[in-house]
Amino acid sequence: MSEPRLPLLETKNLKKYYPLQRGMFGGGSGTVKAIDGISFYVEKGETLGLVGESGSGKTTTGRAILRAVEPTEGQVLFRLDDKGVIDFTALKKSDLRRFRQYVQMIFQDPYSSLNPRMTARDIIAEPLVASGLAKGSEVDDRVRQVAKRCQLNLEHLRRYPHAFSGGQRQRIGIARALVVQPKFVVCDEAVSALDVSIQAQILNLLMDAQEEYGLTYLFIAHDLSVVEHVSNRVAVMYLGRIVELAPTSKLFYQPLHPYTAALMSAIPDLDPDRVMKPVILEGEIPSPANPPSGCHFHPRCSFAQEICKTQTPEFKEYRPGQFAACHFAEQLELQGALKSN
Amino acid sequence: MASTPGVLGRLRLFRKTPPETKTNQAEDTYYTASQFQLMWWKFRRHHLALIGTFLLFIFLIISLFAEFIAPYDPFTRDAEYLFGPPQRLHFFDETGAFHFPPFIYGIEFAMDPKTFLLTITEDTSIKIPLEFFVHGEPYRMLGFIQSDIHLFGVSDGFVHLFGTDKLGRDIFSRVMFATRISLSIGVIGLLIAFFLGIIIGGISGFFGGRVDNTIQRFIEFIRSIPTLPLWMALAASLPKEWPPLQVYFAITIIIGLLAWTHLARRVRSKLLSLREEDYVTAAKIAGSSDQRVIFRHMVPSFLSYIIVDLTISFPYMILGETALSFIGLGLRPPVISWGVMLQDAQNVRAIALYPWLFAPLAFVILAVLAFSFVGDGMRDASDPYSR
Repeated sequence: MSEPRLPLLETKNLKKYYPLQRGMFGGGSGTVKAIDGISFYVEKGETLGLVGESGSGKTTTGRAILRAVEPTEGQVLFRLDDKGVIDFTALKKSDLRRFRQYVQMIFQDPYSSLNPRMTARDIIAEPLVASGLAKGSEVDDRVRQVAKRCQLNLEHLRRYPHAFSGGQRQRIGIARALVVQPKFVVCDEAVSALDVSIQAQILNLLMDAQEEYGLTYLFIAHDLSVVEHVSNRVAVMYLGRIVELAPTSKLFYQPLHPYTAALMSAIPDLDPDRVMKPVILEGEIPSPANPPSGCHFHPRCSFAQEICKTQTPEFKEYRPGQFAACHFAEQLELQGALKSN
Repeated sequence: MASTPGVLGRLRLFRKTPPETKTNQAEDTYYTASQFQLMWWKFRRHHLALIGTFLLFIFLIISLFAEFIAPYDPFTRDAEYLFGPPQRLHFFDETGAFHFPPFIYGIEFAMDPKTFLLTITEDTSIKIPLEFFVHGEPYRMLGFIQSDIHLFGVSDGFVHLFGTDKLGRDIFSRVMFATRISLSIGVIGLLIAFFLGIIIGGISGFFGGRVDNTIQRFIEFIRSIPTLPLWMALAASLPKEWPPLQVYFAITIIIGLLAWTHLARRVRSKLLSLREEDYVTAAKIAGSSDQRVIFRHMVPSFLSYIIVDLTISFPYMILGETALSFIGLGLRPPVISWGVMLQDAQNVRAIALYPWLFAPLAFVILAVLAFSFVGDGMRDASDPYSR
């Protein structure tokens, strides 16, 4: 970025390994590297999109930042205006609870993310009550306020989740995340379980709330058009690593990494007469338990050379604000998504 | 590509929430119904389960008020009426006239001169009306309510609705007291199983890893031993000189000790799957303490399953006690349980000549069926969202 603003969140070399257990007495043998050394920053007020295939580690990244899963290694730093820099990963459990109010999450599945045994009001109030941020009638006031903001019918607050549709449930989930007025919200595929028309409503709600409360989003999704719509910058993940991170339009139309280019070329166009030239990738995404050597992408990359098999490419800035992890980022002339006329 | 955001932009037209629809009262009741209410509504539709509930309620009344319902003390001997057959209640006499309260006929004894077999027939010339709330043998209900009023009885002669046993004791009265003992064994055994199951299963599911592995293998080991021989071995190891009450508790504990494995596994698997539920993660992110996550979010959602499991395993407790007592390794007289009573009915003579000695069997069957029906209904109802 030309004018460096203060990043709100920064991850440094974040890792999450899951031990693989074989047999009863085998103990730990081998690990699944769900995320393998991720570093990025998110600036205050912006939306960072995070895209990738299933199993690339998007969700784990979001959860590791929130410590919903404990990261194996690395740091998550938050810069709070009044409290300075907080190393989220180093917090003790008791301290962690106090800082939960700054970082919230919106879940993918509006059905499993709401406790079926609690009313909508209790679900939304949970972050307030659990952390003791508000008491008595203040809880109700804040719940009603945020429910109204999320366009929920206040009369419905005493209903149980089974009474709501998917879109309404997602509004409840959003209200729950926003009720504590967080600084940073991880939207984990927040709209992918919804109908397209409902998706638009929810996206608009998220974007309006962002403006109103000055929120910062990490927007995890696999729907590229949604990501392009909401994100300022986008990171692309492949097999637990970020392969490219760039401002949205750069990433979509001038990608540096062959994987990004392949993704972008697959975005369908609304005009059926335009000729699409999708880059067809060979094979499947490899297992994170046994990733390829060097650049993880080399077995499927049409530009792969010897060096790709042996050396892990460095993740560095090739153009202003545009980071990539490819040995040939500077040489390749890659085609991005089709530009609309 | 960029035209897609255009579509999304146009969809901003939809940004208002849909106009509110008027919901009628019934709908609103459904929407604000808690999970428990939903379960009850579904349970209500299960007729067998309702019948089972009714039966269980009667069993409960019997266990609580056995002294009041039984016309006699379980140890009172009627020396004139040994192995006496059940006396029938009559509403109509030989002329067809209706009587209420019902009456029983007097008894006529006759000795067969050849076989010396005593035959007992009804003497229709004597009518003994049944009376309600009569004064009879004094008792102390549950050890503290002193009274001598019984639900029914006769002022003249005797009434043995289920007949008498070889000592002339009233089987109806004895079955009432046996119901109390047999059901209480089931309840206490279940409580033991419940605590062990929750704690061991909870540890297994919560800590996972090696602890979990060890506990699970241990459970498999216990489950691989056939139940009945194990019960027998344990019951047989109880010293013979123990007083009946001590034996009663020992048997209860033995039955409870072997029933927790199933429950522990259920608790563990529920915990493991709940740990991954989004709403549990959400509660954590909301800043809930561990206790709050467990007791506010996890326990309520598996409690219903546990209760169902308990109800379904209740019959096994009763059958276990009955089986042990029947073969003489469980409870011993003077404690009265269904199994103890059935010991008297162990031979061919009983089946041929005194079939009324099997009256407790009817209660065993009814109790097992009632619990199974209720458990079945509860299992169906415990998932109120499956329609």
